[in-house]
Amino acid sequence: MLTNFAKRVKFMNPDSRTRTIKVDYLARVEGEGGMVVKIKNNTVKDVKLKIFEPPRFFEALLRGRSFEEAPDITARICGICPIAYQMSAVHAMEDACGISVGGQLRALRRLIYCGEWMESHGLHVYMLHAPDFLGYDSAIHMARDYPEIVQRGLQLKKVGNELITLLGGREVHPINVRIGGFYKLPTKQELNLISERLKWAREAAIETVRWTATLPFPEFEQDYEFVAMRHPEEYPFNDGRLVSNKGLDIPINEYDNHFVEEHVPYSTALHSVLKERSSYYVGPLARYNINFVKLSPLTQEVTRDVGLEPDCRNPFKSIIVRSVEILYACDEALRIIDEYEMPDTPAVEMEPRAATGYGCSEAPRGMLYHRYRINRNGEILDAKIVPPTSQNQKIIEKDLIQFVTAHLELPLDELTWQCEQVIRNYDPCISCSTHFLRLEINKE
Amino acid sequence: MRRKTQNFKSEILFIGIGNEYRTDDRVGLIVAQKLRETRIPNTETAELMRNGTSLIDRWKDARTVFLFDAVFSGVEPGTVHRFDAITQAIPINFFRYSTHTFSIAEMIELARTLNQLPPRLIVYGIEGKSFKMGTKLSSEVNRAVGKVVESVLAEFH
Repeated sequence: MLTNFAKRVKFMNPDSRTRTIKVDYLARVEGEGGMVVKIKNNTVKDVKLKIFEPPRFFEALLRGRSFEEAPDITARICGICPIAYQMSAVHAMEDACGISVGGQLRALRRLIYCGEWMESHGLHVYMLHAPDFLGYDSAIHMARDYPEIVQRGLQLKKVGNELITLLGGREVHPINVRIGGFYKLPTKQELNLISERLKWAREAAIETVRWTATLPFPEFEQDYEFVAMRHPEEYPFNDGRLVSNKGLDIPINEYDNHFVEEHVPYSTALHSVLKERSSYYVGPLARYNINFVKLSPLTQEVTRDVGLEPDCRNPFKSIIVRSVEILYACDEALRIIDEYEMPDTPAVEMEPRAATGYGCSEAPRGMLYHRYRINRNGEILDAKIVPPTSQNQKIIEKDLIQFVTAHLELPLDELTWQCEQVIRNYDPCISCSTHFLRLEINKE
Repeated sequence: MRRKTQNFKSEILFIGIGNEYRTDDRVGLIVAQKLRETRIPNTETAELMRNGTSLIDRWKDARTVFLFDAVFSGVEPGTVHRFDAITQAIPINFFRYSTHTFSIAEMIELARTLNQLPPRLIVYGIEGKSFKMGTKLSSEVNRAVGKVVESVLAEFH
């Protein structure tokens, strides 16, 4: 069961007081990086999440490009959550142009986002995170004992991909999203065809919530500051204010007044912090805690049935929350399709003007902020992009400190294994810039 | 063997995998394109940008599947590797150039575990030389394209 894990772990100087465990790479995360945990005299001395991927300079390469290119350029930042980048980009540019897109075009944006949550969460819940709880090294090993469950995960993910393909033109780096709306609109008939699949997915999602709620969870929680978007009527995808459980409540365009990105020498990804209070937590658990009452009645009912409290603070339980969000995405997608009427035009046309635009949306892994300054010709003068994993880096480090401190008695191999799980609780998309995570624990 | 009596949508499916903007990584796509041009009856061709979990779904309706991708195992560039995935496990780190999470070898092993392999699955790996940005194949890999196409065609005679 742990065969491959054992291969990735090297024990050195097992008889001396100083021991080092080195994991060549952490599997089942998106991206490249490293992690070092230093323990001395039974105290955690240092934790560093090291991201060593060279910076990709997306913000710099956007300068000089047309405002209309931002959705397609930024979608290339990530192969798992391109819709999130497209959505934050179009909202920021529309904000700069002084235009708001509503009605069915807005609903279609929510619909394509449903597809992205389904495929991204489906992948993480079933293929990346579940093996941790069941003691398997990978989904392949898990599939030997749980073939039907892994099949269900693959099929759920596939329905999400189908939704993205239908609305986005293709499942990888979709090309149908544009500022103002879409290039081509789906017909009612096309959407009706996928509803049957979505109805199956909704049932599968209910089973997913019930199944993940039965997994074994360690007792672990911190007094997190959860930050997520909040909308008066909707569970948030791409509209709302930025709110936290510790008093933050601001419009998107005040983001820079409250958040700052810091450079740390051991990471090429900037660490984002709240100016007033330091680290904060974004992602499904944050959204859920701030927006539970906005979940659909069915989703709330299933969630209560399995005993998940509306103010869950255990990051290990994020696997249940992701499952809850898959269920919500299916339910919301079906509602949107049911109410869909094809608009007369696929997009609202708009002229650029010299302005700064702000956009924020809820990527599967959390809030994704874009800011652009453009001139009257629509040329991008300046861009800022803050992805969710950059925002969660500090809180991941804090979780590791607390978790290791509370579990120093564990054998190092088991501790290392569980530290990896602590990291995977956040579904870090380091591959927005990286490809591997190296984990190292030094114990003296 | 699974689904021996099943009616398949296509007798033979050629799947090319790769990134068309990553020099030798696009070789799988080029082999698939060349095979499409041969217009062999009862064949279908698919070109995939990535090999994720959708791979299993893509091959489920075919009786025989040929899969083409670039590999980097450290041998001479242009070397052609051939695996019969039904009778042998694919070396897990062989097709390791995947952007996210799952390599081809992992997907094949997952499909084997789930009893979702097609009745026949042949994997061709072409040893790449360069995977940097660009659309031009290295000369070694370019020469290998013809060899792979000939080898595949020979499997029908």
